[in-house]
Amino acid sequence: MRRSIAQRFAQALIVLTGVVLITFVMLRIVPGNPIETMMGEHADAATVARMTAELGLDQPLYRQFLRYIAAAVSGDFGTSYSLGKPVSQLIRSAFVNTLILALFAALFAWTLGIACGLVCAVGKNRLPDRLFMGFSLLGISLPVFMAAMFLQYLFAFKLKSFPISGTDSWRGFVLPAVALGWNSAGQVAQMTRSSLLEALEEDYIETARAKGLGRFGVLMRHALRNAMLPVLTMMTVQFSSLLSGAVITETVFSINGVGRLMVQAIAGRDIPLLQGTSLLATSVVILGSLLADCLYAVLDPRIRKEG
Amino acid sequence: MEEKILDVRGLTVCFQTAKGTIRPVDDVSLTVPRGSIVGIVGESGCGKSMTARAVMGLVRYPGKVTGGSVLLDGREISALPERERRKLRGSEISMIFQEPMTSLNPVMRVGRQVEEAVLLHTDCTREEAKARVLEIFREVEIPEPEARYDCYPHQLSGGLRQRVLIAMAAVCRPKLLIADEPTTALDVTVEAQILSLLERLRDAGVSVLLISHNLGVIARVCDYVFVMYAGRIVEQAGTEALFERPRHPYTRGLFRAVASLREGGDALETIPGVVPNLLHLPAGCSFSLRCASCRSDCERRLPALAETEPGHKVRCFLAEEGGAR
Repeated sequence: MRRSIAQRFAQALIVLTGVVLITFVMLRIVPGNPIETMMGEHADAATVARMTAELGLDQPLYRQFLRYIAAAVSGDFGTSYSLGKPVSQLIRSAFVNTLILALFAALFAWTLGIACGLVCAVGKNRLPDRLFMGFSLLGISLPVFMAAMFLQYLFAFKLKSFPISGTDSWRGFVLPAVALGWNSAGQVAQMTRSSLLEALEEDYIETARAKGLGRFGVLMRHALRNAMLPVLTMMTVQFSSLLSGAVITETVFSINGVGRLMVQAIAGRDIPLLQGTSLLATSVVILGSLLADCLYAVLDPRIRKEG
Repeated sequence: MEEKILDVRGLTVCFQTAKGTIRPVDDVSLTVPRGSIVGIVGESGCGKSMTARAVMGLVRYPGKVTGGSVLLDGREISALPERERRKLRGSEISMIFQEPMTSLNPVMRVGRQVEEAVLLHTDCTREEAKARVLEIFREVEIPEPEARYDCYPHQLSGGLRQRVLIAMAAVCRPKLLIADEPTTALDVTVEAQILSLLERLRDAGVSVLLISHNLGVIARVCDYVFVMYAGRIVEQAGTEALFERPRHPYTRGLFRAVASLREGGDALETIPGVVPNLLHLPAGCSFSLRCASCRSDCERRLPALAETEPGHKVRCFLAEEGGAR
């Protein structure tokens, strides 16, 4: 078990380095000069050349890369071209907002998703099942920006129960979290339902019934724990994607999060910032899947042994 | 007359399918005397397992018990509400299943799974329940019970898992244990051990209803045997009588299909055809389609289960007339 975790860590490091390398190269071979974008159309050639040299962009690619890695290891991810602040500082303050948003969204999505999935599986093909499954399909297929604007219109503009944008208090996070979590809720509900229905067909369910357990006991003690294994994997993947920045939601609700930072970086050809945010996104996803593996091992003894 | 632990009368199970209603269990009556092992034998799909489920009250939708009564130690249980029925399951009547590999919850320690049954049906504390589990583990000869208690199912062999399942079924000292093909998934040496375990349970006061398609298993442990075909009982007799003087053409076919080492030489016989589709049963004897001695009458009228000698009943016109060769 401990060995397999160590292995996974080593793998994660390799993947991380690969991603840094790819983004690094990609950002430098795409057409368009970041200095020109930064200085505007009227910059003279001499200034552009001076700036390019100052930022080290005239160096060979491998030297730039090694310099970047060396600095990154000591926690320095460069300074944003467009915002003039250290990338690490920008990301840190944005990440707090993204984290709160992700936690709210996950709380909403998973509570709703698991509850709906459970109700649907228990009353398969009855009215609540059909109703909730219809809703979850809507959740999966409705684009985030539609949900976001609908919520803004109804709860902020018409009912005035939540602020339309901004993050001055926790209330500001409610609507974006619902908009963002809506989709995940639908996925979790469907997965919980199908996984639970599958588990309820297993032989050990029959054993549990023969033992004298009632419907509720069978469901809670035997079916649910087995059924939650795949759902859990999905939830960890969802959470890491929530954490790596909800570009659309953060933009619609003007939340200063990682996603919005990323949009700014792309718009401004801000290489250090873009690199920093994509590095964060990658690390979060890798960490998430690592965590999923560990959790899985805790819940499923069959996996524990093989490690 | 001997005391009956289980007395099933006219049990019928119906399934509504898109193509019509089928009756996998049709007017089945059987009894299990106290302190005995009674067998049900038949091919796959003949309704043996469904009979067991119906007795347990575990027939699942869309199946439904539509008739008959089940008396457990003289008490009618088939009409009990589910709450009452549930209290009996695992305490007075319990069941073990065919697949020891998949019949235990993979993410729960086996000791806890057995303990669950104790906690459900008694007022034991956790410690008392655990002591009871270890005791039954010893009784079913699980080596190193303390260590096994904390094992997960995947850490045990098939034979050990079946012992755990038997322990689970026997831990509350039920009056009746239904064993549905308990040895089918196991190899032969383990099979013998499991069968002698069932015999010991019987000696300890647990009556057993053993379901098997394996005549060898039936012959080894059963006192009395019911032969089922297409949802009906076609012959019933004491084990010895049945093996010496099978009357029904189907029972005879079953015996001929078992390779005998003593006779050797000859090619193994089979019963021609397959178990008929339950949607298209003939109006008369359901075996008539495959029966070599079939007469025109057989396809139109259903023969009654008639006693040919004390304790030996056969559902066949030929046997009724004493003429089945």
